[in-house]
Amino acid sequence: MSASSSPATSGTSGIPHLDVDPFAMNFFADPYPTHELLREAGPVVYLDKWNVYGVARYAEVHAVLNDPATFCSSRGVGLSDFKKETPWRPPSLILEADPPAHTRTRAVLSKVLSPTVMKQVRGRFAAAAEQRVDMLLEQRSFDAITDLAEAYPLSIFPDALGLKPDGREHLIPYASVVFNAFGPPNQLRQEAIERSAPHQAYVTEQCQRENLAPGGFGACIHARADEGEITAAEAPLLVRSLLSAGLDTTVNGIGAAVYCLARFPDQWQRLRDDLTLARNAFEEAVRFESPVQTFFRTTTREVELSGATIGEAEKVLMFLAAANRDPRRWDKPDSYDITRRTSGHVGFGSGIHMCVGQLVARLEGEVMLTALARRIARIEITGEPNRRFNNTLRGFDSLPVTITPA
Amino acid sequence: MPAITFIHPDGKSDRIETSDGESAMQAATRHGLDGILAECGGNAMCATCHVYVDAGWLARLPAIGDNEDALLDGTADARLPNSRLSCQIMITPELDGLVLRLPERQV
Ligand code: HEM
Ligand code: FES
Repeated sequence: MSASSSPATSGTSGIPHLDVDPFAMNFFADPYPTHELLREAGPVVYLDKWNVYGVARYAEVHAVLNDPATFCSSRGVGLSDFKKETPWRPPSLILEADPPAHTRTRAVLSKVLSPTVMKQVRGRFAAAAEQRVDMLLEQRSFDAITDLAEAYPLSIFPDALGLKPDGREHLIPYASVVFNAFGPPNQLRQEAIERSAPHQAYVTEQCQRENLAPGGFGACIHARADEGEITAAEAPLLVRSLLSAGLDTTVNGIGAAVYCLARFPDQWQRLRDDLTLARNAFEEAVRFESPVQTFFRTTTREVELSGATIGEAEKVLMFLAAANRDPRRWDKPDSYDITRRTSGHVGFGSGIHMCVGQLVARLEGEVMLTALARRIARIEITGEPNRRFNNTLRGFDSLPVTITPA
Repeated sequence: MPAITFIHPDGKSDRIETSDGESAMQAATRHGLDGILAECGGNAMCATCHVYVDAGWLARLPAIGDNEDALLDGTADARLPNSRLSCQIMITPELDGLVLRLPERQV
């Protein structure tokens, strides 16, 4: 890959061809110059490495996300086209579905993860965040990923789902497979799938009704089958969606927020001065770092997008992270500003597939940042952060920090 | 194009021109209006686009859907008989002059 390659325009189409690989290790190490290259090359680009179209500007990413009839999800939201290749696991009934099938399953998860339900779990989530901060204050120096960004969601989300205590160590590895599998057939994807069998077996088992505690999100999904809103066979697969998408995403989201607030002490101070900014500080971290970097769509017909013609059955790669820092849309896109008007960012997607777990993510982020800011005067990064490379997720393996109590 | 008015809790009001086929929420966020958060972008998930519809207008709005009804139970500020989600109010020419009051808080 050469991020510096100048875009070559090919033939009649006028679509710039780029030879960048947005799934290569050196790209992950620093994606920003390539994001800029992709955005500036044109509204629609073609990536020769994987034979896909790409959109990296806000307007086009937003347009693709909001035209699900043309840019469908049922042929997979990774590189693999489900019409041509057998999916590595049975497709998701929500993420990898189009209306009208999607409308039905989406309604079920929307209800299970609604604002009313959030009000019920809020107290528990907030108390667990306070407890986590108690522990961190005793440690003073710790790894903000293992001890905070992972430990906190692990202390609440599996319980909220109603999972058994045994086997939870499979959850993060399973999610890592799922998000690697959206990528191209590179080493990350191949190795992830090769090692996935034990994690898949665990997840399949936990999605069954008898393994989910009453009152949890999982049991609530199964209860919808009793109401006839979904079939009994669909319920376990919808539980699987929460297991796939509900944990590692928030780990990376909280990790991103802590990383931002540690790096930008002026923003940390603003948050400490006004704790009501916690929710927006988390939201801005989701924009700024974009824990979910990319998703694909597949065209259902020939379509013209900002002057570029894309044929039928083509894969289109949406660079959510690049859209979230497009200077055409955002004022000072590269600064982390916790008072920014973040609404409209595509870190949770946009349109009909926009993250159905967004309220869970925001609740976790808000209560965690509130607890941290109330009791900690300073967070300092004390060692080199290590990136964790994944085809879709952006985050860290480790982030050593030291805190000073308030 | 129809114009609608948002009244803030402190009594100040903002009159906003809407565009074709827009919801009241979209018009508000497009103008950067404070008081409509719309975290979920109009997906009828977040209830952070809550408004109180001015008495005279209530009956002229399309009926509340089941989904909106359930969501309104989760609003941050009290649900009142005239509570609606602004992302579910599509602005039509008949709604020119609509008056919506903003709640104290959305989260
Ligand atoms: C910071 C944390 C999170 C981020 C950044 C994130 C990001 C996203 C994005 C970008 C999409 C759109 C996918 C598409 O358009 O193809 C999505 C969808 C989805 N998310 Fe999240 N997510 C997060 C947390 C969660 C949580 C906590 C849950 C579950 C409790 C969850 C469950 C889902 C599901 C089931 C979908 C599919 C929705 C649909 O297709 O209608 N996510 N998420
Ligand atoms: S914008 Fe989220 S419910 Fe209206």
